[in-house]
Amino acid sequence: MPMKETVGTKGLIYNEDVIFEKSVEGRKAYSLPALDVPEVEVQQLIPEEYIREEVSGFPEVSEVDVIRHFVRLSQWNYAIDVGFYPLGSCTMKYNPKVHEDIARLPGFAQIHPYQPEELTQGAIRLMYELEKYLCEISGMDRVSLQPAAGAHGELTGLMMIRAYLTSQGNPRKKVIIPDSAHGTNPASSTLCRYEVISLKSNDRGCIDPDLLKKVMNEEVAAIMLTNPNTLGLFEENILEIARIVHEKGGLVYGDGANLNALLGIARPGDMGIDVIQFNLHKTFTTPHGGGGPGAGPVGIKSHLIPFMPVPTPERREKTEEEKRKYGSRGVEEYGSGGVGGSETKASSYFYYLDYNRPQSIGKVRAFYGNFGMMVRAYCYIRTMGAEGLKQVSENAVINANYILSQLRDVYHLPYDRYCKHECVFSDKYQLKNDVKTLDIAKRLMDYGFHPPTIYFPLIVHGALMIEPTETESKETLDQFIEAMRAIAKEAEEKPQVVRNAPHLPKVRRLDETTAARKPKLRWKKEV
Amino acid sequence: MYPEDLKYTKEHEWVRVVGNKAIVGITEFAQDQLGDVVFIELPEVGEKVKQFESFGTIESVKAVSDLYAPVSGEVIKVNDALEDEPERVNKDPYGEGWMLEIEIKNPAELNNLISAKEYEAYIKDQAK
Repeated sequence: MPMKETVGTKGLIYNEDVIFEKSVEGRKAYSLPALDVPEVEVQQLIPEEYIREEVSGFPEVSEVDVIRHFVRLSQWNYAIDVGFYPLGSCTMKYNPKVHEDIARLPGFAQIHPYQPEELTQGAIRLMYELEKYLCEISGMDRVSLQPAAGAHGELTGLMMIRAYLTSQGNPRKKVIIPDSAHGTNPASSTLCRYEVISLKSNDRGCIDPDLLKKVMNEEVAAIMLTNPNTLGLFEENILEIARIVHEKGGLVYGDGANLNALLGIARPGDMGIDVIQFNLHKTFTTPHGGGGPGAGPVGIKSHLIPFMPVPTPERREKTEEEKRKYGSRGVEEYGSGGVGGSETKASSYFYYLDYNRPQSIGKVRAFYGNFGMMVRAYCYIRTMGAEGLKQVSENAVINANYILSQLRDVYHLPYDRYCKHECVFSDKYQLKNDVKTLDIAKRLMDYGFHPPTIYFPLIVHGALMIEPTETESKETLDQFIEAMRAIAKEAEEKPQVVRNAPHLPKVRRLDETTAARKPKLRWKKEV
Repeated sequence: MYPEDLKYTKEHEWVRVVGNKAIVGITEFAQDQLGDVVFIELPEVGEKVKQFESFGTIESVKAVSDLYAPVSGEVIKVNDALEDEPERVNKDPYGEGWMLEIEIKNPAELNNLISAKEYEAYIKDQAK
């Protein structure tokens, strides 16, 4: 079959300077109406020492300059709204636009964090219910919505583990982490003053229970594992692993980065996992990266509840007086028996934030976490429903296995098994023509795709980690497969084309070494 | 590629023993795997390091890795030139790319290190 014209290989990309280069003295992007109130000297309003006589160095540009500048920059970008983005372990799935509509409702977008609870009932209730949904999905007993990212969730979880073990008499010294783990795991452990023990994976790419038994002792606070792990493989011995750790009084931290493989199918809470973080910006489709802040809620089992960060969203029956004052109508409770909701009556609950938790590790984030992300994740869960979420994971797993099956004859598969939501290849076959993983990744850009994650997990030499997610159609996957196969062929027949890629993007191969050794961190005016 | 007169660790450090001193760096294999080195964090003179425990970090465009001490002892010299020219590790890992000089505390520890031949066999085995 002849290859169709590839995506994203034609078009005009504009060069663009930094905005300071466009500055012309006196040019403005605003016009103010004539003053219709008496003029007041600024000195009468602000103490002298805070008044700056002159602001220098700000760009002075017109409205059209600003618009073109940022639109042009945005056109240099590659995003999930532009094309396929198979970045393994990042779950770059499409973010439905209805979430943006909902998050912009004035009741969500324009509330102030200091507004009294009486006036933010809907917002607190959304947090309350989102927590319940995440509990149901994961099998955990409670969830703190505060952490602002996955690694922040890890840190919060480890702080709770430390607080719990301290309350038991000994915070312990070490955390066991498999050698396939995300780099954030050892970083979070170190920040939490734990020494890291690295655990070698077995030849199936999983944790070896016998090896774990050897290193597990009363000095170990926890094991941090990811299930499915970073090879996209399910930890088959998870129950035994949890038993080994629990028997010695340790806890099991589950990195929830790969939860997209498990929704509605298996629950971390049923696997003996005591703490898990959710990456709302991965599994629950809130914007990822440049599109907005992240959110890394952390779920825990009951023994850790006393140590949760404050505040927690709670609810209680309205008092008679409150019923008289606010009515018992409130907002209609969700009643169709979906995840978490069972009431059919009008609300008789008062929602509030509980700060009275004496054993709490305290606050981990200003106010209540990244609330806007909670709205989007809530919207996603409610839109999909229980059945829909299960289908998400099923399709994510099928898509990854489809790619695996279509590329395995041309790319080396270091762990030759069915995968979950992502698959990991290596450059072993291409190396004989001196074509490396980096070259393959760069060449993919010429075919109009974002490269997959490369050189991770570290235990695979020259790894290419591909996570298609459930949001891609078979047609898109086929196009990607075709591109990958074409690159494998080029590596055999004309390897220099791959080695010198990319040929089409605005910038070609960057000098990453000089950029790291002699970084230019800010623009300076040339004189 | 792996000088016979050096001893090696499985974490890819080499050590040259001169009297009671040990000069330490990373191997040709390690620098090749790391790619262009952009930053190296080393201990200060006077600090104590312990065999097989981390004494610093090395950062390349590809990855950040720990550096492990081949022997225990006090750091008596540090290759300050690496601060401005980390590329020395890539260009000349056994010479100008040296990192530390350690006063050996316990010479018996040298028995825990492997020879050039053993190291070469080890990395061949790893590549399988």
